[in-house]
Parts: sequence; structure tokens; C-alpha cells
Amino acid sequence: MADVNRGNRPLSPFMIGPYYRPQMTSISSIMVRITGIASLGSVFLVICWFLAAATSESAFNCFNDLYGSWIGNIVMLAAAWAIWYHMLGRVRHVIWDFGYCLDVETSEKMGWGMFIGATVLTVLTALVFLIF
Amino acid sequence: MNYLTDRKRATGLGAGHTGAAHHWLTIATSISLAILVPLFIFTFGYAVGHSYEEVLAFYSNPCIAIITALCLVGGIIHLKTEVDEAVEDYIGGIKRKLTLIAVAGFCYALMATGLFALLKLAIQ
Repeated sequence: MADVNRGNRPLSPFMIGPYYRPQMTSISSIMVRITGIASLGSVFLVICWFLAAATSESAFNCFNDLYGSWIGNIVMLAAAWAIWYHMLGRVRHVIWDFGYCLDVETSEKMGWGMFIGATVLTVLTALVFLIF
Repeated sequence: MNYLTDRKRATGLGAGHTGAAHHWLTIATSISLAILVPLFIFTFGYAVGHSYEEVLAFYSNPCIAIITALCLVGGIIHLKTEVDEAVEDYIGGIKRKLTLIAVAGFCYALMATGLFALLKLAIQ
């Protein structure tokens, strides 16, 4: 009688908190989803800049100055970290999907690799634009 | 002789009747991200902060314009699979259907707007 409970079943995040102890593998995977959704917000900001540039010089200057300000730079660095992290996390999922590195120890190492890798890539990105 | 394979018999029987299509799209676009993300970060990051004339000249370069168009479209297709998956996990019933339609509308609006703006910059 599985259908008795139709429509009143718990949806996905019900385990987190009371029953589920956060782990390296799960948190790094949840972060892939969060950074993915956040990156769609970043894309929205990017498209605003493009649309302003296509509209007029004054509209472009408004957005360009905002994105070039220190608040804009902090938001862009955060957005860069998020998309770097998402890219690395998605590579980990592809490796898993192809059947490799499925043991816990390697998965945890790859999880640390995502956090550290995204941070290193963000710092490198910032350095590249500071130098050039 | 029976020519039907096991795969043929299984096709269309998943809960969503689309088999592994969504999962495959996520895998394929995930691999494309490894190329598109670095290209986009370094081209867009270079353009932001430059003057109007410099930005116009930069995006008039066919290579830069094509790379940016690919990044916008490919990136949004990937992020749409990401958001769709989250909506299907956390929202149920009629709200799920309406949210999926809203997400699709938002993503395609971003794509169309981005391509229009880019095209105008490129040929201006």
C-alpha cells in the first residue's frame, strides 16, 4: 500500500539537520548545486553589462563603473570563485559518472581539491587582471 | 527471431519517461564547462573596466564574439539543467511545473538578450 501516503512524502532536504551528519563528500557536492544556482545570477549580471554596452555609452558607463568599483570587484571575485568551484565540482561528477574514483578517500581528496583549486584559480584570476 | 534488445525494452520506462537524457545533458555540458569557463572568465574579466571604445573594439573581434556567444549559450544550457534538477528535488506538484516553466523562460530570455546585445556590439 505504498500509495496511501501519496503527496505527503518528505522532499529531498528533510534528512539534513536532525538525522544527517554533514560530511566532506556531501557538503562539497551540495556546494556544487549552490554555486550552480548562484552562477545563473552571475550570468544575469553579465548580460545586464552586455545589454548596457549595446544600448548607449552612458548606460555602459553606469554599469561599467559599478562593476569596476570595489564592491563590484568583490562581487566579481565571489562570482569567479563560484563558477571555478562549480566547474571543478562538475568535473568530479563526470569522473564519478564514468566509474572512476568512487572510493570515499579519493572522493574526499577531490572535494578538498575543489575548495583549494577554486580558491587558487580565483587568486590567479585576480593576479592576472592586476598585472595585465 | 527476436530483434528487440534489453535496452529497447527499457527505453521510456523511467519515472520521467525521458530515460537518462537529462543526466547525459548534464555530463556533456559539464565537460564543455571545463573549456568555456576559463575562456569566459579571461575574456569578460579583461573587458570589464575598459572604456566604451575599447570594449566595442574588443567584441568586434570575430574570435572573441564567437567565444563569448558559445560561453553564454553553453553556460546557460548547463545552468538550466542545474536549476531544473534543484526544482525537481525541492518543489512538488503544480508549483514544480510552474517553476520549471518560469526557469525555462528566464534562461531563454537571458540567452536571447545576451546574443542580441553581443551581436549589436560585434557589428556596430
